[in-house]
Amino acid sequence: MSKQNNQLYWKKNLQYLAVLLLIWFVVSYGCGILFVDELDNIRFGGFKLGFWFAQQGSIYVFVLLIFVYVYLMNKLDRKYNVEED
Amino acid sequence: MDIQSWTYTIVGISFAIYIGIAIWSKASSTKEFYIAGGSVPPLANGMATAADWMSAASFISMAGLISFMGRDGSVYLMGWTGGYVLLALLLAPYLRKFGKFTVPDFVGDRYYSQTARLVAVVCAIFVSFTYVAGQMRGVGIVFSRFLEVDINTGVMIGMAIVFFYAVLGGMKGITYTQVAQYCVLIFAYLVPAIFISMALTGNIVPQLGFGSDIISEPGTSLLDKLDSLQTELGFNTYTEGSKGMLDMLFITAALMVGTAGLPHVIVRFFTVPRVKDARISAGYALVFIAILYTTAPAIAAFARTNLIQSVSEQPYADVPQWFKNWEKTKLISFTDKNNDGLIQYLGDEERNELTIDKDIMVLANPEIAKLPNWVIGLVAAGGLAAALSTAAGLLLVISSSIAHDLFKKVLKPDISDKGELLAARIAAGFAVIIAGYFGINPPGFVAQVVAFAFGLAASSFFPVIIMGIFSKRMNKEGAIAGMIAGLLFTMSYIIYFKFINPMDNNADHWLWGISPEGIGTLGMCLNFLVSGIIATFTPPPPADVVEMIENIRVPNSKKA
Repeated sequence: MSKQNNQLYWKKNLQYLAVLLLIWFVVSYGCGILFVDELDNIRFGGFKLGFWFAQQGSIYVFVLLIFVYVYLMNKLDRKYNVEED
Repeated sequence: MDIQSWTYTIVGISFAIYIGIAIWSKASSTKEFYIAGGSVPPLANGMATAADWMSAASFISMAGLISFMGRDGSVYLMGWTGGYVLLALLLAPYLRKFGKFTVPDFVGDRYYSQTARLVAVVCAIFVSFTYVAGQMRGVGIVFSRFLEVDINTGVMIGMAIVFFYAVLGGMKGITYTQVAQYCVLIFAYLVPAIFISMALTGNIVPQLGFGSDIISEPGTSLLDKLDSLQTELGFNTYTEGSKGMLDMLFITAALMVGTAGLPHVIVRFFTVPRVKDARISAGYALVFIAILYTTAPAIAAFARTNLIQSVSEQPYADVPQWFKNWEKTKLISFTDKNNDGLIQYLGDEERNELTIDKDIMVLANPEIAKLPNWVIGLVAAGGLAAALSTAAGLLLVISSSIAHDLFKKVLKPDISDKGELLAARIAAGFAVIIAGYFGINPPGFVAQVVAFAFGLAASSFFPVIIMGIFSKRMNKEGAIAGMIAGLLFTMSYIIYFKFINPMDNNADHWLWGISPEGIGTLGMCLNFLVSGIIATFTPPPPADVVEMIENIRVPNSKKA
């Protein structure tokens, strides 16, 4: 594979990482810690929303983030023709 | 059948399965012994990673901790799951592409330095021993309470089992027993949670149940009920926090980054065939972990409600059987301060008459909720599965660090594969014995040193690996200086507050209100800062290392 192709692939990978890690930061540190008291004023079923994010929601988002990453990277691997085998 | 017969039966069957798997999956080369031949299917690796990761602490202690901490307990939930996002996105795929056996392998090769390799070996061994001692202790507690054997005998039996499949099967044996252990532990965790959720709220899904209305008082949600019970008795409101916000941030970050830097977790991603398998197996691992981690806060809230309702203001003479059982283990104790014969369980230290160890909450939960005997036996088997699977993963890290990183790479490079395999088996054997020794004679500081394990992983491994992948400019001088700075800072902070001056271990004396549990985050920042500065003033890494970095970034590029 050409060097340039690999560099473009890497750059795109870094962009994905930046966006996904931003979401990761917002749901855990943001919703679960920094703004938890503000969110607690909102009810979510029997939960206070901030409490729900801290003990449930953040974990669900983490799982989603990894699967989105896997999907994006598999697509990117094909686009830049860098798949193994 | 009574509780004990059920426990013996269920634990016996699960042990027989583990031994059967060990015999079936005997390792015949070092590649099989260290990384299961690099041929584990991603789904199996996800399950094995989950069992590897979820220790006696996750299974036995975590829900209890949350139960007493309320919302502050979120640091463990987010910290011990959020780290997998970092692992999947920043570490696992690249380390898989690197394609060697251990974490010190990567550090040594990437920083072209035996010194860096040795620092990594010492960290890996220290972190793993710290952790494994706790697991052996967990095995002992489960045995002594449920099977009524002496704690020491319990530890010996646990050692014998781990010795058998770790020494014989290496990573291959460990992987497939971990798959079985995951099934046992998750079943054991979910069954009581579902029963209790049904009983308290009528909702079969515990994750939804703890936000539903309680059956005894329609219109009041369980968490609101718990909040009012807590405030009535003078405890903190369950759904509100009492820790400082900065400390919460730092502890969560230290646990996340520490998780991503633990060698026994990282090495699991060396066992899959391809880069894309490493990515997806991190996703599977987190799904399997999340099943337990989203159930834990529900168990915490249920157990807390049940506990308060079943003991508060009740006559001590009529306490239920579980109370008496656990009194024998000294994990629960009652002193009738005002001599009224009733149990006062209060937030006010002066008047409170009941002390409860956090470890009881999960283990006694089925008894408190009056569940059938077989559920109690199942919980015992689950606790053992959690402890044994983690212990085995850690012992493998210790054995490969000694046999591969120290023996093969430093002391005796000409050793044959067969010789190295033998060395790895002997090292694993010794590691089991030392771990067992610590299980029987636990150093008084086991609980304190867990903060060490995460602090060390966060302040040493994580930054060094991240920079090794994402920076082509980072050199050996920067990496070594960064690791040493991060380690020294984190260790001295923890040692000062935990050992030298434990009296001052409170928010007034902490640096910026950061507790020793959260200091690893600052150590990590220091590591990044120091290595960045040193690297600017020292020569860049050689061309072949730069080429290696370019290779690990792209899944199909050939090795240099």
